[in-house]
Amino acid sequence: MHIDTCGLSCPEPVIQTMKAINTGAQSLRVLVDNTTAMENVKRMANSKGFTVTMEPQGELFVLHLNKA
Amino acid sequence: MAIQPVSRFLASRQGIILIGAVIGILAPLLQKFGNPANMGICVACFERDIAGALGLHRAAVVQYIRPEIPGFILGSLMAALYFKDFRARTGSAPLVRFVLGFCAMVGALVFLGCPWRALLRLAGGDLNAILGLTGLTIGVAIGDQFLKHGYTLGRSRPTYASAGLIMPTLSLGLLLLLFFAPQFSANGPIFFSEMGPGSMHAPIAMSLAVGLIVGIIAQRTRFCTMGSIRDVLLVRDLHLMSGIIALTIAAFATNLVLGQVHVGFSAQPVAHSNHLWNLLGMVLAGLAFVLAGGCPGRQLILSGEGDGDAAIFVLGMLTGAAFAHNFALASGPDALVNDALKVGGPSIWGMWAVAVGLVICLLIGWTMREKIEEVR
Repeated sequence: MHIDTCGLSCPEPVIQTMKAINTGAQSLRVLVDNTTAMENVKRMANSKGFTVTMEPQGELFVLHLNKA
Repeated sequence: MAIQPVSRFLASRQGIILIGAVIGILAPLLQKFGNPANMGICVACFERDIAGALGLHRAAVVQYIRPEIPGFILGSLMAALYFKDFRARTGSAPLVRFVLGFCAMVGALVFLGCPWRALLRLAGGDLNAILGLTGLTIGVAIGDQFLKHGYTLGRSRPTYASAGLIMPTLSLGLLLLLFFAPQFSANGPIFFSEMGPGSMHAPIAMSLAVGLIVGIIAQRTRFCTMGSIRDVLLVRDLHLMSGIIALTIAAFATNLVLGQVHVGFSAQPVAHSNHLWNLLGMVLAGLAFVLAGGCPGRQLILSGEGDGDAAIFVLGMLTGAAFAHNFALASGPDALVNDALKVGGPSIWGMWAVAVGLVICLLIGWTMREKIEEVR
């Protein structure tokens, strides 16, 4: 599943990711465009038992979330 | 200096606790050195004072160009540039954000303080802050419901770096006006209060230094009072809240050392003990902060790192402050008249302004929802 959160205000990136997790997704690809959202999404995903790897993509970040 | 380890530490739980504690020590020190009591840092009050200094309102007791405000913006810019975090962006419903900033300021001036000052008031023993913080929590909880149901102001877009530098440039302009204090016309601005809270301030260099330091560390840690409550309610995340608690405890300890704790409700400095309106003012402010995505301090920090939408919110607050005093919406403090306590609070206009502001914010939250985009 892929979620693009670029340009969204805090905390919409976290909410969108959380909604996807709550639908039962086990593997997610989240595109974020700032470090605040990146850290917030990462923290929330970790607390939900996901491992997170971050891949810079130009000025954006791609977060790969996988259920541990 | 290695950027990564510093950033990682500041993003950690220990990092935000340390930063909260630093702000909690610096703010009471500003009071010791001249800022009004329980007002070491108050974004709402300081923007109101700046509006007054520029002559946007003529309340003679609250006019001063507070260097902390441009300090926050410029400190944020410095940190954002150094840590390669500066991103000029804009275009997410600017007029709505202006209106939210306006409403937020009206609510804050009915309570008499932004969330940062609410914490500092509590740390100084002003128990009215409990009502304000309760109201803030209620406002944030209402806003959370809209967020859960798809509220969004839409996406911002990257823009020109020069557009992202407008607020820092305006901040430099404010500092020039402060340093040189030009008299633009007879009986005209720049105005500096000769009595009242506006006349009370720490030395300029100290205020500016604290503003810059707080701007830098708040940019790195994403310090946000409203966000701390929102994250606890919405995602059960205590990260920001731990910084807020550290700030309050550190400020209380510093106040104790400096003899600045006076526990009670009545006749607290630059405050009123009208419980209902302390609460309702902050309900409005809290709701407006959530809908705009940050408390007033956070909006200043964002405007320093290139966020044009946050800058519009700040200008909305500045305008709201001018209206709040020109139209007698702002609360008056408690006062002792012939040794009898006269409880302060808002005028009938202030009460109506809060009611209308709440209706406006509820309409914004209700009508600006979209179905969450289909996840691909």
